[in-house]
Amino acid sequence: MSAATTSHPLLRVDRLTKHFPVRGGLPGRRQVVQAVDDVSFEVWAGETLGIVGESGCGKSTTARLLMHLVRPDSGTIAFDGKTLGSAMSRRDLHRQMQMVFQDSYSSLNPRLPAAVSIAFGPLVHGVAKPAALGRAADLLQAVGLDPVVFANRYPHELSGGQRQRINVARALALEPRLVILDEAVSALDKSIEAQVLNLLLDLKDRFDLTYVFISHDLNVVRFISDRVMVMYLGKVVELGPVNWIYRQPRHPYTRALLSAMPSMNPRRRTMAAPLFGDPPNPINPPSGCRFRTRCPYAEAICAALQPELAEMPGEDGRAIACHIHRPGSGHSRATQAGLAA
Amino acid sequence: MALAPASDNASTSPVVSVEDLHVLFTTPDAVVHAVNGVSFALEAGSVLGILGESGSGKTVTLRALIRLLPAQRCRVEGRVTVAGHEITSLSETALRDVRGTKIAMIFQEPMVALDPVFTIGEQIAETIVRHEGAAHAAAWRRARDLLEMVQIPSATRRLKSFPHELSGGMRQRAMIALALSCRPAVLLADEPTTALDVTVQIQIIVLLRQLQRELGMAVVFVTHDVGVAVEVADRLAVMYAGRFVETGPTETVIERPAHPYTAALLTSTVLGAVSGHRLEAITGTPPDVSLLPMGCSFAPRCRFAVDACCAATPPEFVLEPGHSTRCHRVAAGEIQLTRPGLVERASA
Repeated sequence: MSAATTSHPLLRVDRLTKHFPVRGGLPGRRQVVQAVDDVSFEVWAGETLGIVGESGCGKSTTARLLMHLVRPDSGTIAFDGKTLGSAMSRRDLHRQMQMVFQDSYSSLNPRLPAAVSIAFGPLVHGVAKPAALGRAADLLQAVGLDPVVFANRYPHELSGGQRQRINVARALALEPRLVILDEAVSALDKSIEAQVLNLLLDLKDRFDLTYVFISHDLNVVRFISDRVMVMYLGKVVELGPVNWIYRQPRHPYTRALLSAMPSMNPRRRTMAAPLFGDPPNPINPPSGCRFRTRCPYAEAICAALQPELAEMPGEDGRAIACHIHRPGSGHSRATQAGLAA
Repeated sequence: MALAPASDNASTSPVVSVEDLHVLFTTPDAVVHAVNGVSFALEAGSVLGILGESGSGKTVTLRALIRLLPAQRCRVEGRVTVAGHEITSLSETALRDVRGTKIAMIFQEPMVALDPVFTIGEQIAETIVRHEGAAHAAAWRRARDLLEMVQIPSATRRLKSFPHELSGGMRQRAMIALALSCRPAVLLADEPTTALDVTVQIQIIVLLRQLQRELGMAVVFVTHDVGVAVEVADRLAVMYAGRFVETGPTETVIERPAHPYTAALLTSTVLGAVSGHRLEAITGTPPDVSLLPMGCSFAPRCRFAVDACCAATPPEFVLEPGHSTRCHRVAAGEIQLTRPGLVERASA
């Protein structure tokens, strides 16, 4: 991975914020969904960054913001050192960064055969038609579909797994360096999911790709990611190398999330759920720490002050947004070196 | 909890018994063999998990138990007995009395299963009035007790809520309360946690297990998620192309799988995988149930398949009491299946 030697990250996201206004409601009381609120992170060339969280945590909005499919309210995105909007146009960005969506059917044009769907991007970007279709055939081969059989098939003639392979091929058609996979394997059966995950690993090696892998499935994220970012109600609560996050989760939410996973051991079943109730509404989230309403360790400081994401020394860049892990924060547990890992 | 176990549970005979169930759907183009000879018996107070991928026939099997399949378009063969009633031959009137009191069902999408124009309280009370002839006020009180039983906070206020006013987890709890309102002996659960977030899913699983024990119900739980099946089921039935390919106690099936499909399902998923290494994926796609292959349906995808596998459908081989497989090569001891080394979850 040659690009990894450069000193700046492939993608740098700084204080990204997106609030959606809620239509309707009482007049005079404007409400907003704080979908993504002050989110900063970096993606290094050659790595896979996994983003996990429950519904409404802002992981898909983050993906759409990265692709500029929705415009951020504030914050900047820099790709390879070039800030989007000033040093880089959206069109240039899309040559470098592509996305695969969850619903393999609705993300393909039903009236285009597979090869044309794949060739569409290169055609728009000025590649001659025979060359674009030739590249489409190569990509079909690369994703494990015989071009002779599949080039002229329409989306409705394909299975879910095959359609998702077409979507992956289409995302690779412009030879991007970074691919965002937003719940890309979530709708597939387990046996097909395994095939597509293998394909993603192969393609990453072959084309020197960097992935941002978004999923609600904690097992899949653990399998594919190098680093993991945990989100809760529009905020990053914990970020770090996959083994630190999964073996020694530190943020109370990450701990609850991981212990809510089914145990997979019939002799050691889960006896009590770690959290009660559903995630709160992202409209008007709680003050201070957004997790405090469900957190077993919440204290006055948690309601008063929003914890900043702070890096833990000596933990390979792991960062946590929790008063317990910030000495001198005023939380009674903060003096005891945080939650014992 | 105010509810006593249903009276039918006293006997030791199975509360659900299914013999050679076949379900065929007729479409203009093809005949779809959704279920091809499923037999099982379920004791009162035990939980059977049916594990399978989409199209394997698990939901159709479940719906046949409560006769929710469209009579015009499908043919059901075989015997289904639930709490002493032969479901397949009941009249519509008699069936309406059995549904709710002997057998009830919860669904994946409570928003679709609950009636959007009635409050939760009205829906539960209506069921109690219809089946038990209770007075309206008494039924309403029972409805409140039921909401408390499924741990819905401020139950009295929630009785007056419409389904859209509840969160996903609360709606699922309300649907469970509705299903349990007339103390069924058998509860059918069709992927009730699939649409929920993981922290809510575990709450529903723990609640269902607790209620199942307290009420002594038999539960048939359909899921595609191995982890969920392991959390809820006493026994597992692994379904493929309309057949139970392996059945056994949950521990046995997970620790010593005896069908190549079960073993592949366990090793191919990310649960057994080393991060960043290729998975041992099952090749090919699930079979088209309108064009089932001869012999073992899994043979075209099975790495152990030999000619004999395609000659005839393998019968059920009993390996030890309570554990059986539909693989003649495993039964003959010709192949050794890899045992999955499951990743332990992080301790919290």
